[in-house]
Parts: sequence; C-alpha cells; structure tokens
Amino acid sequence: MSFNIALWLSQDAITNGAIYALLALALVAVYTVTRVIFVPQGDFISLAALSLATLQAGLVPGTVYLLIGGGLLITAIDGVAVLRKKKLKRFAAIALENIALPAVIAGAAVWSASRPEDILLQVAVTLAIVTPMGPMLYRLAFQPVANAPILVLLIIAVAVHYMLTGMALVFFGGEGVRTQLLPDISFQLGVLNITGQSLAVIITSLVLIVLLAILFGSTVYGKALRATALNRTGARLVGISSEFTGRLSFALAALIGAASGILVSPFTTIYYDTGFLISLKGFVGAIIGGMTNYPLAALGSLLVGFLESFSSFWASTFKESIVFTLIIPVLLWRSLTTHRVEEDEEP
Amino acid sequence: MKRTLLLSLAAAVAFATGAAARDNILVGVTLGATGPGASLGIHYKNAFQLIPRTLGGRPVEFIILEDKTDPTEAAKNARKLIGEEKVDAIMGSNSVPSTTQIAQIATEAKTPMIALAPVALPHEKLGWVFTTPQPVALMMGAVVEDMKKKGVKTVGYIGFSDSWGDLVLKALKKHAEPAGIKVLTDERYARADTSVTGQVIKLLSADPDAVVVGGSGTGGALPHIGLVERGYKKPIYHNHGTVNREFIKVGGKKVEGAIAPTGPLIVPEDLPADNEVKPVASDFTKRYEDKFGEGTRNAFGGYSYDGYLLLNAAVPAALEKAKPGTPEFRQALRDALEDAKNVVGTHGVYNMSPEDHTGLDERARVLVIVDDGKWRLKK
Repeated sequence: MSFNIALWLSQDAITNGAIYALLALALVAVYTVTRVIFVPQGDFISLAALSLATLQAGLVPGTVYLLIGGGLLITAIDGVAVLRKKKLKRFAAIALENIALPAVIAGAAVWSASRPEDILLQVAVTLAIVTPMGPMLYRLAFQPVANAPILVLLIIAVAVHYMLTGMALVFFGGEGVRTQLLPDISFQLGVLNITGQSLAVIITSLVLIVLLAILFGSTVYGKALRATALNRTGARLVGISSEFTGRLSFALAALIGAASGILVSPFTTIYYDTGFLISLKGFVGAIIGGMTNYPLAALGSLLVGFLESFSSFWASTFKESIVFTLIIPVLLWRSLTTHRVEEDEEP
Repeated sequence: MKRTLLLSLAAAVAFATGAAARDNILVGVTLGATGPGASLGIHYKNAFQLIPRTLGGRPVEFIILEDKTDPTEAAKNARKLIGEEKVDAIMGSNSVPSTTQIAQIATEAKTPMIALAPVALPHEKLGWVFTTPQPVALMMGAVVEDMKKKGVKTVGYIGFSDSWGDLVLKALKKHAEPAGIKVLTDERYARADTSVTGQVIKLLSADPDAVVVGGSGTGGALPHIGLVERGYKKPIYHNHGTVNREFIKVGGKKVEGAIAPTGPLIVPEDLPADNEVKPVASDFTKRYEDKFGEGTRNAFGGYSYDGYLLLNAAVPAALEKAKPGTPEFRQALRDALEDAKNVVGTHGVYNMSPEDHTGLDERARVLVIVDDGKWRLKK
C-alpha cells in the first residue's frame, strides 16, 4: 500500500467517521437522559434522505402524513385528559403544538415541492418534517413507560424501528435514492481530490458537535439534560421535568439523524432500510464510549470509520465482520475496567 | 346432541372430500414486497394484477402471501400453501435463498413449482421445480462475448457480499477463463454501504480492461459512480439484476455507457420485427406501464408473467389426466411442465426437458446500454 492510497482511504474514513460520530453522540444523549437504547436512530437518516429526494422530485413526501397523524394522536390522548379537567388554555397549547405546527410544516412542504431549484428551502423543510418526530415518538412510545427497565425500553425501541422502516417502505417504495445538494465541485490538494460534498460533511459535523458542546455545557437546557442523566430522581426533586428532558433529547436525536441523512444522501444510495445499518456503526462508536462518554464515543466512531475504510481495501468480503467484531474486545475491556452498576434499579 | 354430532361429522366428511378434488385450480404464491428484496418483490407482485384468472380455460385462484424476503418466512408460507391450502402449484419468490427454501419443500411434498428466482440447488434435486429467470451463466455469457469483441484481456470484479455476488462471479469466471480473460479482483460491498472507496482504489490499482459489477437494482450504481468519479474510463458491465430505471435515476450522467444483459422485454421497441419474443414482450411491457406508470418496465414482473404462461401451457394436458386438487393432477402438471415446448414468454422461448428445467436459450438475452438516460438495445 502506497502513501497515496493510505491518504485517500483516510479521507474517506474521516468523512464517514464524522457521520458515525454525530450518530454516536445522539445515541449517547438519548441513552443517558432516558435510558433508551435508541434503535430507531438510523430510521431518521432514511426518512430525511428519502423526504429530501421526494421534495427534489417535486412531490410531497409521505412523512408529512406521519407527522400530522402523530400530532392528531397526541392531541387525542393529551387533549382529552386536560379537557376533562376543564383546562382550556392547556388544551389550546397542546393543539397548537401538535396540530397547528405539523399543518404549517405540511404547508411548507407543499410550497417547497413546487420550487425544485430552492435546495436550501428543501433542506430546511426536511429538517422541519423529521425533527418533530423525535418528541412525538417519545410521547407516544416511551413516556408512558419511562420508568420501565432498560430491557423493556430496548424492546419498545426495536418495535418503533420496525414501524418506522415499514412506514418508509410504504411512503417511498423499495428503491434507493440519491440527492443533489451541491454542484459537483472539487479541488486538488496534493494527491487528494477533495469534493465539496465531503467537505460539507466534515464542516457540518464539526459545527454540530461544537453546538452540542455549547448546548450541554452552558445553557440551562443542557444543564437540565445533564442533571437528568446523572440522577433522574434528584433532577425531579429540583424541579426538572423528566418528560421535558426526554422530549428534548429525542428532538436532538431526530435532528441529528435528519442532518446525517441529508449529509450522506448525495454520496451514497439511501434505501428505506439502510439508515439502520449506518446508525449501527455509530452504535459501535457509542459502545466504545461506554454509552455515556461523549468525546470517547466520537473518537470511537472515527476509529470505526478508519477500520471500515481500510478493511474495505484489504479484505472487502469481511468488512462488516471486522467492524462489528470490534465490539467484542471493547466490551471485554469495558467490563474489566469499569464497575458494574445496576442501572435497572430505580433508587 | 347426537344429531348435531352426526351433522357436523357429515359436514366434516363432505368438506374433506370436497378438498380433495375441485373444479377450479389453486396456485399458491409467496413473494417479498417488503424486506431487503422489496424493490424487486414489488414488481413481481404487481404482475399478478395483469395475470388472467384462468389457466388452460379453467378458473384459477392465486393465493398470494408475503414473505418479507425472509427465507424462514418463505418456507413457512410454502408449508402453509401446500399443507393447508393444498395448492396445485406454487410460485415464488424474489430472492435466491427464499426460492431455494421453497424448492426444497415443494420437491419433498411433490407439488410442482415455478421458481421466480434462480435456485441454488443441483439439477438432480429440482425434479419438481421449473425456473423462469435466465440462468446467470447464460447472461454473463453475453457479457463475456462482448468483452471478446472489444479485445478485453483482464477484468476486475466487484459484487454484493451475498449469494448474488457469488453467483455472478461464478458465471463470469465460467465464461471468462475459457475465453482467455483473467479475473483480477474479487471485491465485495453491501447495498447499505456509505462508500466503496477502498474497493474502487483496489480495482484501479489492478487496472483491468473492464469491470463487472455484481450488484442488483440501484445497488449497482454505487461502485459504478465511484469508479467514474475516480477517472475510470474503460467499459463497466453489470448483470441482469441491475436493469431498471431507478438505477439511472440514482446514477444520472455518471452511469452513461453502463452495459448489462437483460431479457427482451426491457427494449421491445428496439427489437427487429421478426423476433419471436417481440409480440409477447411488447404487449406485457405496454400493459405494465399503462397500469403502473411510464418507465416502470422491469425484468421481474416478466418472470411472474412467464411463470403464468408456463402453467397456462401445461394445465390442459394435466386436466386430461386428473382433477385439480388431487396428487394425480400435481404429478400430471409436473410432467406437462417438463414437456412444455416453444412457450413464448416475455423473456424468451421456453423449451423444457428432463435435463433442463429453465429451457431458455440465446433468444432470452439482449445486451442493453445506458444511452442518454435510457436503457437501449446495444447494437
């Protein structure tokens, strides 16, 4: 292997690793705040990429109906409960959030479908469609059982994953799509051919990671998230709503998933079910971080990117096996060096 | 109390004998319009909306079950169709592993089967199984012939890391080696991969005269785009699993010039007027596109349709010997399928024999090329 080849492979590894890192951070955030191992993380990638491609084809994506349906369901559940207690103001707030907001987003989707050249608008609409699905999922699937053991939450997460995959197949069909975000620009840097797309991935990922760090480090919302992650009961005692932090972490996860989907869709083919495999690699990164350590999870994801890239050169037949086998030594090392804490027991 | 018992006993007896022989024909179908093979399975299933509900003049009922492109599920469906519904024939499925599972069950239960995807079993075990898709070797033979014409001496291979990737490579080697063409690389990738940079670099450093991609559907586009983006200018060949319009939609300008073997029904307009397959292929493609939209033509719906045409040709002979619903009828249907001669389908002309349960020849293949955003017959 020459130095040039190593350089090319590294470039590829960093681009992919950046995406895995974003996903790993989302997985860690959701896990620490809600104890949910968020299997459907990858489905947001597929939903976002397919929605964007549909908008670019001048059509309204089916995900809009999913959003409206979810909103109506939540209004029916929460609205009836507050109406019984005659809290009209509260009902208005719920209806505004769950009926009016999806309706506005649906309107924006219809508008943007008629403007196929306005890529920025399409990206914004795609983010607006997918991001609210996170909190909606939390409200419908996880909030009613927020205190259930981790295993129960995991099984629900798997069920949600299958539901979303099925929906994506219904809305978008079985064939893959690619999107066009930036014109095909590229420039030469030594032997490296750097494309605008790959640069966009790395820059966007870095910006998102910095924003996440700021959010967690120095805003009151981030402090609430961290407090819940550290001690749920304690956070509740000082007045932090665990329902609110749950929804916030799911919104973050959906936003990151959607952003990753938009970022990868120009340089690979995305199918209704491939987001899951991409997020699985982010998951390996998150495991390296012990599902709790953000910087380690990001570094782990980068390692996954490198492993994948170089093994696809040396032994492409065994590439997936090599990447996923990485979990075994990591888990061994983890279980030898850390104390086991019974996380299932609520104090 | 006694009377009720007697009545229900009588009913049970009547039902049991009724199930044994009937006037209409039952055909069980299992396909995966969801799961990893969904993009193919949807087309396979669509074709059943265009299939007439008579076989050899008799009314026929198709019981269509979903197997999620999962071999275990396909096996379960096959057992249900054969064991509970007592179907006269079974058709399925859209993936090699699923079809292989069904074939084993059909053979064991002595029920004739139309395999809609290649079966990974030796011919001796396929006594009851008749296959509509062209053998991979037949298709890759056309690819190698074209390479010979171009004077290609070395070829690089990149294919799916599954049984499809293996089948295409095996077929390629079978023809390439006698032709003196060396297969330099065996690179693998998965449909869900975000990048094939590593494999592409390896291919480029081997510098073959041509590359063969063993993917299917839009999955074939990823290595092709990767090769073109890195400046590979020599011919890139695909296989018959890749030919659909989504491949071009995904690949855009970068897949211009991609060459692939396929059945005649993809380009019926470009076929010469004296082509035997042309009328059947044109008719089916037209009806398919009228129903499912412009440009939806594909090879997979044609495999379902050809399965119907084969059964349609075989049923009259079987009806002379026995009544549907009986083991005698199933045996007669199998024998009639094996005797089927000159059945013109959408993909070619089927001539079955005890030695050949696919029965297709060179008339079942054409080479197509992506020309100005469309699959056209390669002249």
